[in-house]
Amino acid sequence: MKRFIIKEFLHIFRDVRSMVILFGMPLVQVLLFGFAITNEVKDIKVSVVDPSHDQVTLAIQHKLFASGYFLHGEILYSQSEIEESFRKGQNKMVVVFEDNFAQKLERGEKPSIQLIADASDPNTANLLVSYANGIITGYNKTLMINTTGPVIIPEIRMMYNPALKGVYMFVPGIITILLMLVSAMMTSISIAREKELGTMEVLLVSPLKPFHIIAGKVMPYVLLSFVNAISILVLSYFVFGVPINGSLTLLLAESILFIVLALSLGIFISTVSNNQQTAMMLSMFALMLPTILLSGFIFPVENMPVVLQWLSTLMPPRWFILIIKSIMLKGTGIAYFWKETLILMVMTTVFILASIKKFKIRLA
Amino acid sequence: MRTIFYIVQKEFLQVFRNRMMLPIIFVVPVVQLLILSYAVTFEIKNINLYIVDNDNTVNSRSLLEHFRSSPFFHVVGQSANSKDGMEYIRKGKAHQMLVLLPGFEKNLVTGTPARVQVINDAINGNAAALMNAYTISIISDFNNRILTDIQPGSALPIQIKWSFWFNPELDYKTYMIPGILVLLVTIIGMFLAGMNVVREKEIGTIEQINVTPIKKYQFIAGKLIPFWIIALFELAVGLLAARLLFDIPLLGNIFLIFFIASVYLLVVMGIGLFLSTVTNTQQQSMFLSWFVLVIFILMSGLFTPVESMPQWARNLNGVNPIAYFISMIRMVMLKGSGFQHISDKLGILFIYGIAMLSLAVWRYRKTT
Repeated sequence: MKRFIIKEFLHIFRDVRSMVILFGMPLVQVLLFGFAITNEVKDIKVSVVDPSHDQVTLAIQHKLFASGYFLHGEILYSQSEIEESFRKGQNKMVVVFEDNFAQKLERGEKPSIQLIADASDPNTANLLVSYANGIITGYNKTLMINTTGPVIIPEIRMMYNPALKGVYMFVPGIITILLMLVSAMMTSISIAREKELGTMEVLLVSPLKPFHIIAGKVMPYVLLSFVNAISILVLSYFVFGVPINGSLTLLLAESILFIVLALSLGIFISTVSNNQQTAMMLSMFALMLPTILLSGFIFPVENMPVVLQWLSTLMPPRWFILIIKSIMLKGTGIAYFWKETLILMVMTTVFILASIKKFKIRLA
Repeated sequence: MRTIFYIVQKEFLQVFRNRMMLPIIFVVPVVQLLILSYAVTFEIKNINLYIVDNDNTVNSRSLLEHFRSSPFFHVVGQSANSKDGMEYIRKGKAHQMLVLLPGFEKNLVTGTPARVQVINDAINGNAAALMNAYTISIISDFNNRILTDIQPGSALPIQIKWSFWFNPELDYKTYMIPGILVLLVTIIGMFLAGMNVVREKEIGTIEQINVTPIKKYQFIAGKLIPFWIIALFELAVGLLAARLLFDIPLLGNIFLIFFIASVYLLVVMGIGLFLSTVTNTQQQSMFLSWFVLVIFILMSGLFTPVESMPQWARNLNGVNPIAYFISMIRMVMLKGSGFQHISDKLGILFIYGIAMLSLAVWRYRKTT
């Protein structure tokens, strides 16, 4: 048994290229998410159609471009050029002023400003329009003569993430996805590989019990995934300042539970697939996209249609992400997520039982 | 030419013989397209709100009524103690808590600023910002209403109107589905083609091919063509599903999309093949492709806008084929852009494809 585990370790560590990727991957992802990938809108190209070109329209333009959200896009002279400029992808929004803007304003004719957004990216379009709207409304209010009267002032408090950093949201997600994919994909492929190359026969006729074979196979991956999880935590803590408010021991214990779950899922996949390619495609299609999209990693689960919300309850990552967020960011204890922990345990048991049932001692 | 044909024939036989692979290649992507398109949305529809009203007057109740009747908010609880609300936020049952302090109405009547506390669970920063914007706009609408009740004619002097072109309903599916199609084509192109060569290496059958008089380019072409066809077929199925089931607009020319896809496939298959020539086992090749693919996908603008990335990251996207294809397919499908609008990008992609393929042919060794 011990020798067998050593053999498996050797198999994995001998392959330098895979090792580099395994350990480099989490680091690169955290860095990318921390530095490059964000939903925040800034420096978006915006054009202006301004036939009046007077002090009021220039003041409004100045306010818009001083906000930091917008950059000057292509120069447009009339409304008819807007569609062509959107088609070329030169800018995302056009601000159209009426002609004789300042004069109309003075006469109290209520001139209008039109915000035309390229909504082929609806999220950005929505944000752009609401930012521009806010800025112009602010200017608008300064024009009002009478500003006394009842005023309500909202006092905003952003809990757990006062600077609204995207990393806070992504770090728990990246940990989950890497643990899920590394553990599940690696085990499923390594068992399928023995089958494909025919070395599984050798293992099966040996005095090792099926349980030992499987245990020996997954042991190195438990260690690998664990090291990965820790390196992500260290990086996010020191480079991006993502706090760990709750108990670190609890966090690591929950991670081990989740790693075991992912590994048992991987073993299950390998028992139903006959070669590496199938195992890989199964883990890719059945694991990767749903893990990213249905787990609440990027897209909040509450906004999905009800059917998909049910479906997402079957996704182990969904529960684990909730647990990590509670521990790391909210700093709550096990009393707040014992249900989620229980769900993960039940899932693990189900996968292990299913694989034992499916595992065949004979290949043919 | 006949040599290539035989290899192509062999590859097709191998793909269709594998009972497990067939459903994975053809059924799973379509199912995923159907399911995931609904999952992928940044729209905020159900904000779970907890209300603490310590004022309990006509005005405070009237403000809260605005929240109750808004389609975006769902009131999950109400009490006189903000501690209860905090517990809801900690448990994840509420996203936002609204606290009206005693004296809210009195302040409004006397003209002193009346303060409303808005507490957000901001772990998802982006969602919190939107949530907060909705709340503020409801509060300021209410404010404007009581203001005009007291002083009629004090409306704002400039009117602001807005319109959303190409997607007036701001439907997120319209934006995501072209992107998901790209993803499906990419996975087939990069993974299957690349893994296929490594598989022969690992099992040892590549030796048998190496001792035949086949030329390097013939072998590579024979390996590529089947997956090129499968990927294009998959794109056709996906486009059909998008058109019939989701009613996604297809303003541009459909042949242009297929033309872009064919050029694009040259690049990703070239990358897949190149990776397969530098690896020895399927596991290695898969990890490498996966590593490259995940970075490409995350940076491509599929989920988050490319414009909000820093300049160095945008420069890096110069070598990211997925970024080119996603931006082109969105332009053609959603905005009806024509060849003249995308010719630059297409040209770069074409040169890129030729380069990657030549690199793959050059790296492929017939000897071991």
